[in-house]
Amino acid sequence: MTDIQYLAPTSLDEAISAYAGANGTGRILAGGTDLLVQMQAGMVAPGLIVDIKNIAEVTGIEETAEGGFIVGAAVSGAALEKHAGFAEAWPGVLEGLNLIGSTQIQGRASLGGNLCNGSPAADSVPAMVAAGAILTVQGPDGRREIAVEDVPTGPGKTSLKPGEIAVSFAFPARAVGQGDAYLRMIPRTEMDIAVVGVGVNLTLEGGVCTAARVGLGAVAPTVLLVEDAAKALIGTKLEDSALEAAAAACSAACNPIDDKRGTIAYRTQVAGVLLKRTAGIAAERTLRT
Amino acid sequence: MSGSDNKWIGENTIRPDGADKVTGRAAFAADTSMPGMIWGKVLRSPHAHAVIKGIDTSKAEALPGVKAVMTAADIVDFPTDTPVALGIQDMRWMCRNVMAREKALFHGHPVAAVAAMTEAIAAEACKLIEVDYEVLPHAIEIDDALAPDAPILHDFIEFEGKPSNIAGTIEHTKGDVEAGFAEADVVIERDFTTRPVHQGYIEPHACLVSVASDNKTTIWSSSQGQFMVRAMVGLLTGLTQSDIRAIPAEIGGGFGGKTIVYLEPLATILSKKSGRPVKMTMTREEVMRASGPTSGSKSTIKIGVKKDGTITAAEGIYWLQAGGLPGAPVRGAVGCALAPYDIANGHTLGYDVVCNRSKVAAYRAPGAPIGAFGVECVIDELAEAIGMDPLDLRLKNAAREGTQAVHGPTYPVMGYVESLTSAKAHEHYNAPLGPNQGRGVASGFWFNAGGESSAQVNITEDGNVVVTTGHPDIGGSRAGIANICAELLGIDYKRISVLIGDTATIGFSNLTGGSRVLFASSMVVTESTKNIIRTLCELAAKIWDIDPDAVEWEDGAARPAGANAGQFDPLTLAELAARANETGGPIGAGAQVNTTGAEGGFGTHICDVEVDPELGIARVIRYTVLQDVGRAVHPAYVEGQMQGGAAQAIGWALNEEYLYDKDGKVDNPGFLDYRMPVASDLPMLDTHIIEIPNPKHPQGVRGVGEVPLVPGLSAVRNAVYNAIGIRFNDLPLSPPRILAALDVREAAE
Repeated sequence: MTDIQYLAPTSLDEAISAYAGANGTGRILAGGTDLLVQMQAGMVAPGLIVDIKNIAEVTGIEETAEGGFIVGAAVSGAALEKHAGFAEAWPGVLEGLNLIGSTQIQGRASLGGNLCNGSPAADSVPAMVAAGAILTVQGPDGRREIAVEDVPTGPGKTSLKPGEIAVSFAFPARAVGQGDAYLRMIPRTEMDIAVVGVGVNLTLEGGVCTAARVGLGAVAPTVLLVEDAAKALIGTKLEDSALEAAAAACSAACNPIDDKRGTIAYRTQVAGVLLKRTAGIAAERTLRT
Repeated sequence: MSGSDNKWIGENTIRPDGADKVTGRAAFAADTSMPGMIWGKVLRSPHAHAVIKGIDTSKAEALPGVKAVMTAADIVDFPTDTPVALGIQDMRWMCRNVMAREKALFHGHPVAAVAAMTEAIAAEACKLIEVDYEVLPHAIEIDDALAPDAPILHDFIEFEGKPSNIAGTIEHTKGDVEAGFAEADVVIERDFTTRPVHQGYIEPHACLVSVASDNKTTIWSSSQGQFMVRAMVGLLTGLTQSDIRAIPAEIGGGFGGKTIVYLEPLATILSKKSGRPVKMTMTREEVMRASGPTSGSKSTIKIGVKKDGTITAAEGIYWLQAGGLPGAPVRGAVGCALAPYDIANGHTLGYDVVCNRSKVAAYRAPGAPIGAFGVECVIDELAEAIGMDPLDLRLKNAAREGTQAVHGPTYPVMGYVESLTSAKAHEHYNAPLGPNQGRGVASGFWFNAGGESSAQVNITEDGNVVVTTGHPDIGGSRAGIANICAELLGIDYKRISVLIGDTATIGFSNLTGGSRVLFASSMVVTESTKNIIRTLCELAAKIWDIDPDAVEWEDGAARPAGANAGQFDPLTLAELAARANETGGPIGAGAQVNTTGAEGGFGTHICDVEVDPELGIARVIRYTVLQDVGRAVHPAYVEGQMQGGAAQAIGWALNEEYLYDKDGKVDNPGFLDYRMPVASDLPMLDTHIIEIPNPKHPQGVRGVGEVPLVPGLSAVRNAVYNAIGIRFNDLPLSPPRILAALDVREAAE
């Protein structure tokens, strides 16, 4: 029967000082949709919980002068969905985030929590990787920026240093001819965890793919940025051969495990299938902007 | 009994439990609390198979806040050589299932329990109990348990003179199958497997038990039978039944899985030891690890037909997993497998196989879906082999009134043929299919059941009605009873309250199961209500001073009849109730009957699926359940049963399975990874109600709730075959399995 200290500071400095002072026994509570479940299951027993939802910077959504977005790490899926500008610019990121859990979970679940939980199957992360989102973290030594794909380092592990808290994500401005999408494979239609998840972000100019990023989830110890898949798409008109090559690159990038959610063979094969489908949706979306 | 004249039977009246459930007022077992209440927790085996050499509870007992600790030594021991049957259970196995005695038989098997001031202290105390295990090799799957070098779970079980994991067999034989196969033009024999699946009730097991110092015991629990709870707790604790009052809570789903006890005897012993009321609830993980699923199975099915479609012989050999203690639903498998067919030569044989899984519990038509699965798959293949429509092949061999079933009985009038002809004519069966879509059909049977029921019907002083029966309502029995009672009395159903009594307030009633409750309880309610109507007519006759036989009951009032017709104004129920004391006394009647005449039920399902050939996902896109329900007393509830059964069948067919790790531990003990269908996985499940009244029941009722699970596994599987041309004989049809089969075929091409 361990006592748990709960703090809900209103400033980042206060949060960081308490969190850093907990000597590794602290946990950050954003939506709590992973943390509380893990505590209930006895997987973690924090001595300190720092609730960051009262800190304005981590719960706000800001459109920058350049047309990009700064999304607080603790902004809930439901809140981000309501932001018309973000939904227009980054539908793929939003569909990844909104796939998590039920309506009730959407009221709490956040991009920051999803990323920092470190699950290779996190639904919002492949789309953020594809988007080229940058995470700002702040800790006892100040602020720094990390590319989203560099945050997870293994199941349940991140590159955040002791005392560092995820603050916000920066998403670049969108131009004409750009589109993103996220698809995942689950055996059911809802309330499940990705067996494979693919995020694709494309730029098409005159029908030719000039830029591409591909994020791949649930097929390796961390979400992957698959540069070979992007290369296979860039410079093409997304013909079948290009999509097949990108699909093959995705399958080749897979380093999955056999577990209760899927087999190695299945995941490897499906990663390629989903790449083609996701790229198709992202390409369609380039026509809208 | 003419359906069209009914005013209330056949109406979708407002559910008696509806307001409480949608407003959150309904009291489930875990909602009950008492002053001084403490919390019980179970210590469970971390091993799939181990001898318990000793248990030291002293450290747990010494922990501050701990009020009682118990082990199997506190439970009445039923020696393994003397059967003590209680319903479908045997107390020899129950006493070993609620708490491991000589051995832990599965991962999660209770080995001790603690009651303490808080749940946290109880959990802490469980960790302080020291159990000395001798870990043994385990057998999870049927083939593991049947292997020549298999670990033997019980040294008291022998089969064919040798120690074995086969705990028993059931066999049915009609005619001569070998001769029958010799007459056939086409014989198909296939091997099938199905996985154990959980009932998946939303409400985990929970109870609150208070034992007073004079042994007077009150049990609030979630079960399908308060009298079953009373009897089992009495037997397992040594308390006398008259000291036990078992109060049924509103139940959050059972599907058969709450026809046995897990926590109640433990809480009773902990309460007796501590002198405090003890509350116990299972987590979902405990439900998945330690409460009964139904059996996994393997089977070999062989059926022969002539070119004209006549089935000449059929044989099914089944192995069903019982879990750690005997009692797989073999009877349902071997009894129901061939029941829809008029077959001259039939043979079914089933083996009850123990293995290191949690002991199975009843699940909606226990064993019958397993029995039907392979049979309905082989019939589908035979239909294709002889170029016959699969419904026509079933129709050609359909059991009818007078058919003697392979499992014994001769059928009375029943509606299996109508389910097939209705399916054939249904718009669904004739609708076009798109790319990657396929359609399958299958049929199924369940015995249904009668048995003991009690009812008390009382007229209130203001002329309204209170009906009390003795079965937890898991499928709409209260609404059905209200409709029937309203019909008989000729009054608005809203004037009738239907309640479920506890073991001290209503006579013995067998548990809710077997699709027996509306059948049986409406018989005793009908008898009671008719007695009340006779009393009411007598009261009116006394007031009018005429012969009671000259009084009729119609439209909620006594009316003079015959020569006296029209001489007096009718006396309504309210008027007669107001004058009850001057004319005789309180008005009420009860009945207690061991009911008979429950006849079997039949249904046919049509399923459309669409397969994503790149991902291997099969989705059900259209589904129609056609079933003879006897009489749809409350059609919305009947439809709900038909849809619920089909939904569970779809889950069983497509995704549900327990995944065990190498240590014999369930790796997916929760709804996240034990993939029951969610609402968005299913299309609207259409229903087609067929009413061929049961001639042996006053309202024509047949059981409804269990039949609709039986055909579904094969309907889905046959639809997948129709969509992609691959016959799967092993469930579930999960995406990796379908995709792998498609890849194998592509490689072969």
